[in-house]
Amino acid sequence: MTVPLTLLGLLEREPSHGYDLKRDYDAFFGRGKPLSFGQVYSTLSRLTRDGKVVVSEVGPGEGPDRKRYVITDTGATEVSTWLTQPVEPEPHLQTTLFAKVTLSLMLGRPAEEYLDRQRTAHLQRMRELTELKRSGELVDALLADHGLFHLEADLRWIELTASRLDALAREVTK
Amino acid sequence: MSLLSARGVTLSFGTTPALRGADLTVAAGEILAIMGPSGSGKSTLLHCLAGILVPDEGEIHCDGQRIDTLGENGRSELRREKFGFVFQFGQLVPELTAEENVALPLLLNGVKRAEAVRQARAWFPRLGLDGLGHRRSGELSGGQAQRVALARGMVARPRVLFADEPTGSLDSLTGEQVMGLMVDTAREEGTTVVVVTHEPRVAAYADREVTVRDGKVHGVSMETVGAS
Ligand SMILES: Nc1ncnc2c1ncn2[C@@H]1O[C@H](COP(=O)(O)OP(=O)(O)OP(=O)(O)O)[C@@H](O)[C@H]1O
Ligand SMILES: [Mg+2]
Repeated sequence: MTVPLTLLGLLEREPSHGYDLKRDYDAFFGRGKPLSFGQVYSTLSRLTRDGKVVVSEVGPGEGPDRKRYVITDTGATEVSTWLTQPVEPEPHLQTTLFAKVTLSLMLGRPAEEYLDRQRTAHLQRMRELTELKRSGELVDALLADHGLFHLEADLRWIELTASRLDALAREVTK
Repeated sequence: MSLLSARGVTLSFGTTPALRGADLTVAAGEILAIMGPSGSGKSTLLHCLAGILVPDEGEIHCDGQRIDTLGENGRSELRREKFGFVFQFGQLVPELTAEENVALPLLLNGVKRAEAVRQARAWFPRLGLDGLGHRRSGELSGGQAQRVALARGMVARPRVLFADEPTGSLDSLTGEQVMGLMVDTAREEGTTVVVVTHEPRVAAYADREVTVRDGKVHGVSMETVGAS
């Protein structure tokens, strides 16, 4: 979803070859999920088709990386719009956590034990992110913090739900 | 190897049960977070482990020694010699300077004043408190006061540092900074840490967490956490 717009944004800095785009994407946004070259070039050809980038020059030799890509006005407008729009705040009402707790209660299974295990798993992940945050660079730290705040929100929900299991059980089994 | 343990610890305040058979083992050098809802018995457990409260039933062992059967004097000596403490509101002595506050545990252990102050001073740069040694607690920010309290807790090189909501009075960024320093200095000194906190972001600095609920300790071992 965000890959085409992110590549487009990187192109707004300066015209680039596909190889440079992949390198910068992986460094700043990849976080352990690097783009394949195939994905980079298929995205760039779609952006070209849609008139958001053009190929400025074709170097000598073979292979896809002979091309240098330049963003068009249409592309630049799209990046600006994207950067000003807030992301849809997800209410997350039907998450897996919620489904598991509710089903456990409906089926008379130990929901509290599930929540205990979920809490442990969440805290384990928070420990890993905290470690990353403390050893990594600022970019890593900010990304880790984003993850940590979300996990913390889940944990708050877990605590609140744990304290209301009896009431919830009455609600979903009547 | 286990440094500190509670077995079947039960304690009531009058008719209010605070602990109902709490079991816990802390390994030497481990940093353990105790979490759980308000009123579940976290502070009471910490106070039992630290020889401040004596359980009605059960046993507490530290460093191969049973401590719940010691008398008041024995426990107070143990606390002075082996334990350090950090509480939610620093609890610095307002009449003393930051430096004197940090030197206090050493003075109580019979260290000569000049030497105690020399050792206390060494903690200030280590915790980012340069130049604040002569301030009184009223002249420190919350985060600074908590770092002074941390220095005071660590200055006598305790085997175990007990901390009850050490970041509870701080904003989350300052709280994490204090917690980071606590973990770093404890690791450098090989100190075992037992920290009570209700904040997951603070608990995430520990090696492991347990949850106290209704006076019992619930800890899920990692083996039982499988794929979802
Ligand atoms: N000195 C006391 N006198 C009487 N009751 C007490 C005393 N200290 C604690 N209690 C009671 O014992 C129970 C456990 O209290 P404790 O302070 O250990 O909880 P806690 O988990 O630390 O809670 P919090 O997160 O709010 O600090 C509570 O019901 C509390 O009211
Ligand atoms: Mg408490």
